[in-house]
Amino acid sequence: MTNNPNVLVKISNAGIHKNGKWLVKDVNLEIHRGKIVTIIGPNGSGKSTTAKIVLGLHKKIEGNVQTFTKKISYVPQKVSIDWTLPIRVLDFMVLTEDLEPQEINDALNLTGVDHLISRNLRDLSGGEFQRVLLARAIAKKPELLVLDEPVQGVDFAGEVALYGLIKKISETLNCGILLISHDLHVVMSATDYVVCLNGHVCCSGTPVDVARDKHYKELFGEKSSQLLSIYEHDHDHVHTADGDIVKENV
Amino acid sequence: MFDDFLFRALIAGIGIALVTGPLGCFVVWRRLSFFGDTLAHSALLGVLLSVAFDLNISLTIFTVSSLIALLLLRLQKTTNLPSDALLGLLSHSSLAVGLVILGFLSFIRFDIMGVLFGDILSVNVNDLLAIWIGGAIILLVLWFIWKPLFASTVNYELAEAEGMNPERVNAIFTILLAALIAISIKMVGLLLITGMLIIPTTMARNLSNNPKQMVILSIIGGLLSVFIGLYTSFEINTSSGPTIVVVALILFILSLIGIKKRNYG
Repeated sequence: MTNNPNVLVKISNAGIHKNGKWLVKDVNLEIHRGKIVTIIGPNGSGKSTTAKIVLGLHKKIEGNVQTFTKKISYVPQKVSIDWTLPIRVLDFMVLTEDLEPQEINDALNLTGVDHLISRNLRDLSGGEFQRVLLARAIAKKPELLVLDEPVQGVDFAGEVALYGLIKKISETLNCGILLISHDLHVVMSATDYVVCLNGHVCCSGTPVDVARDKHYKELFGEKSSQLLSIYEHDHDHVHTADGDIVKENV
Repeated sequence: MFDDFLFRALIAGIGIALVTGPLGCFVVWRRLSFFGDTLAHSALLGVLLSVAFDLNISLTIFTVSSLIALLLLRLQKTTNLPSDALLGLLSHSSLAVGLVILGFLSFIRFDIMGVLFGDILSVNVNDLLAIWIGGAIILLVLWFIWKPLFASTVNYELAEAEGMNPERVNAIFTILLAALIAISIKMVGLLLITGMLIIPTTMARNLSNNPKQMVILSIIGGLLSVFIGLYTSFEINTSSGPTIVVVALILFILSLIGIKKRNYG
């Protein structure tokens, strides 16, 4: 047990072993109130699986998962609405919890889609749909928000704005956020802690630590770590694994 | 008034249409049409067991169909066979077992056509009670599980992640379907009950824009089918169950005209 009241979820040495192979293995992470944890990693590295472990969607897991909140919102990677089901944005907003009209409007307003409230979900574009998914998740004011690639299909300007919004949500609602993404460079500026996953935790730490980690560079290539310079101050050197300082052009 | 067989048939039909509307919506949304068939086929087994052992027919159908439904949920979890294969397996084996048992019952006079297509004219006051009390219970339970059931229909994992229990509401919904089949088999027959579930609902889909509207329209479609179907079958002397379903089909075709005005996207 942890005594820190800010911890919402704590998973230790968690993994899933299925059909003779590990989907993901030895994951340790904590999600705190008001903080954003981002999981990055290549396709098939177990990002969504880890999110589902956090949410308790997998029953047979190794390791230990402790959840200290019940107010959870989830934005799955993919939500497909069958044609047989007519459902408007308004109906979708109250899917798991009844809300006041004001709360619904405020949330849709935040993600910039309040004008779509009476449209059918199937008539929305990919980007509009993602914004509605995010609005639904924040409208119920969760303590823990799990976002699996929440800005897919959103245009670049919208993407930056939505990550800014996610950052703002974590502060105003004081909720813990688990964010899954592969848009490395944009997401990192809005993150407190990064877990880099490739079947297991390659490296983790602050965005800067991770970008400097050699495992991260192996996984995503030198280019992606240089992208950090978008928001980071210039370095004229890097540290090798054993701490030596090496000159490098950034 | 309850002495009049046509009046009894009408009261029974209204009761059934009120229940098939909302349940049918979930059947269509969750792509369970074939599942309805499986339950209906297993009902034959229930009918025959009740005849063989002199048991209450509705209760026996309900028990057998529920068991088959729960067996299906269990098999879905424990085997890797796809759902449609499992449904076919259960559907046809329960049908076959039922027919084999029928062979042993050759000494009993048994109206198999009545079970297959329903015999609305034989509906008595006890059947009416079963339909209306059973139907009220089904609707009440559905009312209570509506939110988690709907949420898990839209997205199973989202519902589960946000604290609902989709597995439990799925099982409850399945039992509600079994109960519906138990109360309506005498009226509509096991070959046509899925038609009552699906056809007014698909008609409603063509005309509606949100879930509640679709439920209401499918109830209205079911009621219209019952009214017009019963009247027609009486006037032109056709069997009532199939006539009701044919009316539902005609309503569906009419609704296709409505859909052309809407965006079929």
